[in-house]
Amino acid sequence: MADTMDSRRLSELVIDDRERGLFRVHRSVFTDPDILARERERIFDRCWIYAGHESEVRKPGDFVTRRVAGRPVIITRGRDGKVRVLLNTCTHRGAMVCREPAGNARVHQCFYHGWSFTPEGKLSGIPGRAAYSEAFDQRELGLREPPGGTSVYRDFIFVNFYPANDVPLEDYLWNAKDYLDLVADQSAGRMEIVSGTQSYTVRANYKLLVENSIDGYHAMTTHKRYFDWLVDANAMDRMETEFLRDADESRRFSPRALGNGHSVPGRAVASWGRPMAHWIPYFGKERESHFKEMYRNAVERLGQERAHQVCMCSGNLQIFPNLLINDIMSTNIRTYYPVEPGCVEVSSWCLGPEEEEPEERALRLDNFVSFLGPGGFASPDDIEVVEVCQRGYETVGEVNYSDVSRGMKRSSLSERDELQIRAFWRQWSRLMNAEEPVSIHDRPGL
Amino acid sequence: MTSAAKQITRQQVEDFLFHEAALLDEWRLSEWLDLFTKTCGYYVPPTDVPEGDHHTSLFLIADDRERLESRVGQLMGRFVHAEHPRSRTRRLISNVRIREPSGDTLRVTSNFIVYRIRLEVTDAYVGRYEHTLVHRDGGLKIRERRAILDLDALRPQGKISILL
Ligand code: FES
Ligand SMILES: [Fe+2]
Repeated sequence: MADTMDSRRLSELVIDDRERGLFRVHRSVFTDPDILARERERIFDRCWIYAGHESEVRKPGDFVTRRVAGRPVIITRGRDGKVRVLLNTCTHRGAMVCREPAGNARVHQCFYHGWSFTPEGKLSGIPGRAAYSEAFDQRELGLREPPGGTSVYRDFIFVNFYPANDVPLEDYLWNAKDYLDLVADQSAGRMEIVSGTQSYTVRANYKLLVENSIDGYHAMTTHKRYFDWLVDANAMDRMETEFLRDADESRRFSPRALGNGHSVPGRAVASWGRPMAHWIPYFGKERESHFKEMYRNAVERLGQERAHQVCMCSGNLQIFPNLLINDIMSTNIRTYYPVEPGCVEVSSWCLGPEEEEPEERALRLDNFVSFLGPGGFASPDDIEVVEVCQRGYETVGEVNYSDVSRGMKRSSLSERDELQIRAFWRQWSRLMNAEEPVSIHDRPGL
Repeated sequence: MTSAAKQITRQQVEDFLFHEAALLDEWRLSEWLDLFTKTCGYYVPPTDVPEGDHHTSLFLIADDRERLESRVGQLMGRFVHAEHPRSRTRRLISNVRIREPSGDTLRVTSNFIVYRIRLEVTDAYVGRYEHTLVHRDGGLKIRERRAILDLDALRPQGKISILL
């Protein structure tokens, strides 16, 4: 399928004319099943993909099951304390070995013929073992792991499905590591996934969600009602929203490409509060002193400059191809995986410091649900907008290209410019275009 | 003397819930808001922690009175793009049971299917309601309303832009 795509057409999917300052994306990338097949091969099966967080499996035997890059997996902590991502298919004849969403188990037994596997993935029991020949090697038949490896950076677990993968996770993350550090440093100990998952489907191409999540241009139009609510609820200063509406973009966040297709729209002090020591009147006068104290502790732990970055500043981080971390009024981890060109599965979690006190945890959750997720005051409109883009692409035969040029040729960029989105598309195009699959390394700072 | 809540019959409760459903289906949302007490809550727990607490688990919706008023105001305004044009909804409510009547308060559970029809797409939300009702001035008011979904995930529904 993938090799039927002619290379001329492929190279015209993303037009990056730096000379003239024009950037265009062909809309068939959102609708064409052949493109999706190639994306699975060239992108999802080559890049490091976020699977989960260490805090989800704290004790030996703990596990969670989910789909990662389309595969059912079991994330388990072994009795050796090590986290593994096991492919959830019995090596005998293929049944999913574990069907529980989460739990703790000393063995995972496949109910078909009763083979059982340890939390480390070893095949430990076979009913009627003696019936097999000498050539049958039980040691080879443990649950498989992603062939390109499993690797953890600051408790974020990533997997790689490319058998010949030679890129270590840290090299892959490149400058995105610094931003993951800012998230992880919110805790004096470790960060944890809070209970409760928002799992939903969006009837749109996953790349529309990627674009939307780092698109600073749409905030005041698509999300007017959210900002109006912030002002009404006294959670944001009216001046600030006037300013957001304003044409003067000089004081804005500045976007950065982080290498390998990762990017941030920028990171700066926003006027919403953060339960991580950034107090606003909405949180209540009675909490102000506690917030000040949290901030002092953070300064002591991290130093003035870094504490400011970690506590006061907000920013979204897009890790190529399908992980988004909103480190804003709360901290949100979100993954996308395409089921079809026009359908994507989203899973979304809240992250918080494990030592967080109940009041701040409640604020963090309250902040999260006010903005984000299927019932928030913002995400439903994001979902709506990407769904109606997808519908609009039924005209792809007539209206071929979308524009992503904002800010090209401009010297000082704001998050309303689209550099961060272009960074995604440049890497996408690079991986999709190569005759032979290319190394996932990019030039940093592209 | 028996408590006020104990004298409420299931038929009265059903009439109340059916009236509530009609107000929502007809988008008479400010009248619907009037059914609530001054401090109140409207909750939709996450599908993987249906019995969770919104202080410790990430909910889909956790509105106090203020938040709910704002939600209704937004839905009646022009800027909820996800509900413009508005969805048609149809709610079927059944299996109404009165649990734990005491004092002026009673907890009521019921089953629901809410259909949302919009732009040629039909989505069904299936679950149960838990209403905490108080008997006030000869009528019933909602102190807390929980819509607990039976879905594994919001797949394919995607969003809860309507009032569930
Ligand atoms: S398929 Fe699992 S034991 Fe046979
Ligand atoms: Fe948005």
